[in-house]
Amino acid sequence: MKEYQTINEISGPLVYAEVDEPIGYDEIVEIETEDGRTLRGQVLESNDGLVAIQVFEGTSGIDREASVRFLGETLKMPVTEDLLGRVMDGTGQPIDGGPEIVPESREDIIGAAINPYSREYPEEFIQTGVSAIDGMNTLVRGQKLPIFSASGLPHNDLALQIARQASVPEEEEGDDEEASEFAVVFGAMGITQEEANEFMDDFERTGALERSVVFANLADDPAVERTVTPRLALTTAEYLAFEKDYHVLVILTDMTNYCEALREIGAAREEVPGRRGYPGYMYTDLATLYERAGRIQGREGSVTQLPILTMPGDDDTHPIPDLTGYITEGQIYVDRDLNSQGVQPPVNVLPSLSRLMDDGIGEGLTREDHGDVANQMYAAYAEGENLRDLVNIVGREALSERDNKYLDFAEAFETEFIDQGFETNRSLEDTLDIGWELLSQLPKAELNRIDEDFIDSYYVEDEGEAVEATAD
Amino acid sequence: MSQATQQDATTGVIESVSGPVVTARDLDARMNDVVYVGSEGLMGEVIEIEGNITTIQVYEETSGVGPGEPVENTGEPLSVDLGPGMLDAIYDGTQRPLDVLEDKMDSAFLDRGVDAPGIDLDKEWGFEPTVEVGDEVSAGDVVGTVEETVTIEHKVMVPPDYEGGEVTAIESGEFTVDETVVELDSGEEVTMHQEWPVRQPRPAVEKKTPTKPLVSGQRVLDGLFPIAKGGTAAIPGPFGSGKTVTQHQLAKWADADIVVYVGCGERGNEMTEVIEDFPELEDPKTGNPLMARTSLIANTSNMPVAARESCIYTGITIAEYYRDMGYDVALMADSTSRWAEAMREISSRLEEMPGEEGYPAYLAARLSQFYERAGFFENTNGTTGSVSVIGAVSPPGGDFSEPVTQNTLRIVKTFWALDADLAERRHFPSINWNESYSLYRDQLDPWFEDNVTEDWSEIRQWAIDVLDEEAELQEIVQLVGKDALPEDQQLTLEVARYLREGYLQQNAFHPTDTFCPPEKTYLILTAIKTYNDEAFDALDAGVPVEDLVSLESTPQINRIGVQEDYEEYVEELKEDITEELRGMY
Repeated sequence: MKEYQTINEISGPLVYAEVDEPIGYDEIVEIETEDGRTLRGQVLESNDGLVAIQVFEGTSGIDREASVRFLGETLKMPVTEDLLGRVMDGTGQPIDGGPEIVPESREDIIGAAINPYSREYPEEFIQTGVSAIDGMNTLVRGQKLPIFSASGLPHNDLALQIARQASVPEEEEGDDEEASEFAVVFGAMGITQEEANEFMDDFERTGALERSVVFANLADDPAVERTVTPRLALTTAEYLAFEKDYHVLVILTDMTNYCEALREIGAAREEVPGRRGYPGYMYTDLATLYERAGRIQGREGSVTQLPILTMPGDDDTHPIPDLTGYITEGQIYVDRDLNSQGVQPPVNVLPSLSRLMDDGIGEGLTREDHGDVANQMYAAYAEGENLRDLVNIVGREALSERDNKYLDFAEAFETEFIDQGFETNRSLEDTLDIGWELLSQLPKAELNRIDEDFIDSYYVEDEGEAVEATAD
Repeated sequence: MSQATQQDATTGVIESVSGPVVTARDLDARMNDVVYVGSEGLMGEVIEIEGNITTIQVYEETSGVGPGEPVENTGEPLSVDLGPGMLDAIYDGTQRPLDVLEDKMDSAFLDRGVDAPGIDLDKEWGFEPTVEVGDEVSAGDVVGTVEETVTIEHKVMVPPDYEGGEVTAIESGEFTVDETVVELDSGEEVTMHQEWPVRQPRPAVEKKTPTKPLVSGQRVLDGLFPIAKGGTAAIPGPFGSGKTVTQHQLAKWADADIVVYVGCGERGNEMTEVIEDFPELEDPKTGNPLMARTSLIANTSNMPVAARESCIYTGITIAEYYRDMGYDVALMADSTSRWAEAMREISSRLEEMPGEEGYPAYLAARLSQFYERAGFFENTNGTTGSVSVIGAVSPPGGDFSEPVTQNTLRIVKTFWALDADLAERRHFPSINWNESYSLYRDQLDPWFEDNVTEDWSEIRQWAIDVLDEEAELQEIVQLVGKDALPEDQQLTLEVARYLREGYLQQNAFHPTDTFCPPEKTYLILTAIKTYNDEAFDALDAGVPVEDLVSLESTPQINRIGVQEDYEEYVEELKEDITEELRGMY
């Protein structure tokens, strides 16, 4: 392995070095500074005689005398089942003081795309115990469902609640062995120490740590490193899922910081920027992360992704949530208004969506009436929401009896269905039963999205009449 | 992808690598030649030549590829293999069959440097000639047929670049695609296998005005915004508004002979859904499995970006080939925005001067070239065939003023605007009836009037007028509430509500409602019209509007969609509504 002392330009996170042998694209580089530190980086561009290197730890301390070594391979993640229970930094080095990791194999972190022909369509319901998700935006194994949040909102609590409560119905009845096949891979990118502590404390409190692998790039860690962290996490997740048969839930937070790092590198390379200065290839880049969720035919395990992103200015047309929404299979919105009303979790179901829901629910999967109930509640809540603006202008008295019922429904939907608290774990049965209680406040004729047979068997008659009486 | 011949290959050396863009020195190549890059032989295409330096876009991941490695030129432009075996197949963006790749790579993950022909070269097909020795044939003429799938008879044609001549010998029986089945006195030999460069439209005699609708079984489309066979349509919408479901619905139910579905830079799981669903679904026309008329191209978002750029062309070339046989082909491209973004990405790596929002200046030209390949054609062999193109557009932030949507709208004649507000209210398909349009309406009306009902356009206009009036009234309602409106306007709102709920909404996941024949589309409208006419008569007779909007029978209108025996149901419902209303005065 040749060592060079040929750095001729240092700019932001990038180092340019002259070389006299061909260097591969994406190859790993070690840079040794004069004071003996070793920094790692990756080849971003390889020209004959000149390579651009992106340094993960940042370029401070590097001067033109530093020596550069090309390792002749792309970045690999050492993987083994023993990673479960371990905590690593953003570049995959253990920071928990535990024993050295003896890898079973070393996997390229730029994962190859799954052949669409080899995929298995996800349709196994995951019960999260959160009504807003289970009832209205069902999560299934192998799905990628991001949480769209914003600064100051409790997205972490929601993610933790899901990680804690997520189970598959078959698992509940099964023995412990089944349950142990569940694993969490947590990839933190640029979150604060406090946020990281919140996650770690919760993992420790609930004993989840022993079935978790944590990669933590914190707010004061180098930004460029953030482009590697999710890939390490996903490589580990794929190994656990497709080699070791685990059902892996990958939590990535915060994707906004990841995109900021991409933009930083793009700017340093003087690339032509796309929208709002983010690189034009951000869609492709994000897709290479999000698309690493899924199931593969003939393999037991699955990778389910729950990325969290904070929308700058609560704006979902910002490139980060926008591109994410185009790649992922739906999204869960955490809502500022609901949060200030004290609703826990403050999930706004109206813009939220789970694209894989329709195939994961219904008879034999969840409950026969699930789809119809969800649809009807959506429509009713949307109608109630709509009327609220009107009430502000004309007052409740000016509205018809029908309109008032919808207003009541929207109110009850938020306080009884959505607001369950971060510690409550509701079964799907409970969720749907609460749904029927609320729907029964509406007259039967209004339930036009529900099959008549289901109305006959689930509509709560007495309560319906009681409410009708008070509304008069 | 076609296996280019390598006899006159020339070799160059890699100069630089930056993502999917590679430059090579000393490569003797023409623009758009296919080259094999690096020691692994990754497939690429020449996109720029500057002096001694050739720029190549590579269709595979370039990690680890470095300067000094060889580049080999095939001397052939990017081409697809055309022949029997393209239906019931699933390809990546350069026409490599994904099932063959899985076998060859022995992995569920896509490896690099593996190539495979687009059609099975070893499989034998039963060839039945339709010409005789002594017949005169020219380019494009059909010389025989092959039963490609249970649904489709594949027509073997003289390739468009042949001179043609008198048939001197004919074979009949089982052959592989590369064996000669017909010989001509010009010395030319016809096989079942053709190659065609993807960026070049296949020739036809003339493009004609389309007059037949592509019936989709979707009420809002057939009823209000129809597309012609040979027409173009765009479906723009923000994420979550139902682009993909609409595309899937069209792929499933449109009355085309052949469907080419291009998944361009979209989700892997969605393609898997198509692969799993289509073989089990029935073709509404023939009752055969849907896959027997479908060719799938899946270049998901995490597959190489250059192959995403080419997948659109691969798809349209396959579509044109079946058009040449005289078939009506529908091509769905989901999504053309990802294709445009792939162009942008490559363009920015080339450091080209960007146009609007970083897209290359040639974006509009490329889009119109693509959509112009659609149409209702008279083919060189005298048959007529059509290619209808339906492109999904994914505007960033749902903002239709962005370049891809705007440039697309300048070309296409049908615009189905998806609306996030409707989707949020679970109004599906969430096609906004105020913003959408179809410029084919007038030229298709005669067909509907001949084949469905005489008053097709009349009753449609009535529905549009009611919906327009509702949109205006809603603005007032938002300010003062519904009860402040005069009675007749309150009644109009109620009629419009049934139009929205019973007619425009359609449940894609309900086994019956998912496909609505034009007759049923029409009957639903007549039921609502009956309510409208009778209720207004009752209003005139002094019945208060509160009674007219709370009938027992009318909610049944919203259930017509899910009825299998809809004719009887609608008849009874109309009687019930009439009876109930007339009983009030």
